Amino acid sequence: MFRFEQVTYKDIIDIREMTIPSGLTALVGPSGSGKTTLLRLMNKLVTPSYGIIYYRGMDISEIPSVEHRRKVMMLSQNPILFPGNIRENLNAGFHFQKKEAPKDQKLMEMLQQVQLQKDLDGPVESLSGGEKQRLVLARVCLLDPEVYLLDEPSAALDDASEDAIVSMLSRYTKEKGKSAVMITHARSVAEKYCDEIIELKKEVNHG
Amino acid sequence: MGSTSANDIIVLGIDQIMLAYAFALVVLFIVMMRGIKREKEILISSIRMTVQLILTGYILTYILENPNPWVTGVVILLMEIFAIGTIFKKFKGKLSIGLKVAICISMAGGTLTCLLYFLLVVIRINPWYDPQYFIPIAGMFVGNTMTAVALGVKALVEGMTTQKSLVEEALILGATPRAATASIIDSTFDSAIMPTMNTMIGMGIVFLPGMMTGQILSGTAPTTAVTYQLAVMLGILGAVALSVIIMLQLGYRSFFNDRDQLRVQG
Repeated sequence: MFRFEQVTYKDIIDIREMTIPSGLTALVGPSGSGKTTLLRLMNKLVTPSYGIIYYRGMDISEIPSVEHRRKVMMLSQNPILFPGNIRENLNAGFHFQKKEAPKDQKLMEMLQQVQLQKDLDGPVESLSGGEKQRLVLARVCLLDPEVYLLDEPSAALDDASEDAIVSMLSRYTKEKGKSAVMITHARSVAEKYCDEIIELKKEVNHG
Repeated sequence: MGSTSANDIIVLGIDQIMLAYAFALVVLFIVMMRGIKREKEILISSIRMTVQLILTGYILTYILENPNPWVTGVVILLMEIFAIGTIFKKFKGKLSIGLKVAICISMAGGTLTCLLYFLLVVIRINPWYDPQYFIPIAGMFVGNTMTAVALGVKALVEGMTTQKSLVEEALILGATPRAATASIIDSTFDSAIMPTMNTMIGMGIVFLPGMMTGQILSGTAPTTAVTYQLAVMLGILGAVALSVIIMLQLGYRSFFNDRDQLRVQG
């Protein structure tokens, strides 16, 4: 699905060759090994200093960035919420893409999927870290991209919720025929649910 | 002693001007007595103002007596350069090239368009470069626009800095740079144009505008002075709004590269 050829980014990333297949892929490695940067490169939030990244055979530098980001969507590690209530935050992607927002019914279903029992009119400021993370996950899922780039989607969750969320993601992407690349620190979760595990090493070429 | 001209305006003599300076000296004395360490600033700004105004008086006399399209053009150009330079100085080191270009184009574009419309279509001056109208009105347009654009640039830079993570999150959610910065652009427009709006609201009640006061002092009928003030104020509003819109339109883009990624600042 993604192929990296001679890709470097500053002195953070140096990949001679790497392929990320479709399906659910886990990205593991010590902090500072460039996992987040890798997702940002795949999302076209940043451009490699050198080298080419292919998405489904196309050089992503040839694809308009906004169009690419709508297909290959990233979920940041720190949940970032916009001023407003839960509904407005769930609809934020539709608002930014100038698309019609989904009905409340659909929003509620999505909140249930991520196990967040909250009122749509409720404020977002009072949510806990874990709740915020589930809210932004729901926000990305609603947009229904082809590929999910997930930066530690379960970082603020306890082990049980983490397992539940990742298993939900695994089911969700398989059911809908989507792919996901997920950064995780929990190797056990990665081994349990992911089709492929890629390990990044610090300052070492890999592929 | 002052004498009275044909227009019933009291012409100030040297002795009267000296009395005004004597008043400034009293202020200076009070400031020094109170131990406020600003006597140097008061002195320098008073002297600077004196020199500048005397020079301007002579230069304007010359220009008004010898109308010439080139001279009028050069004066307007100098005003624009001075205004743009003032904005640049205010944000030393904080402006990207793109933002500087945006400031130049917006200042010149906004003020000149409105200036030509108001002078040639509304007031209909003849000849078109008549410095008696062109220069003072241009001064008011450029001065007000400079303040507004400076406020706008400040709000834009601050907004893009403090809300960087929100802008990036919007990009992640598939926003175009324009959509990602829409709320910053709207609030920047508000804060840039607010002083002009407040001036318009207070005008005639809270204070008498400078130009109108000047015209009334020089013997123009208040009703005539009011029509000028209205025309000029609407022109200022237009120049301010147009310049700020151009600045925002070009300026927000300078925070992104051609791959719709946020530029690394600094």
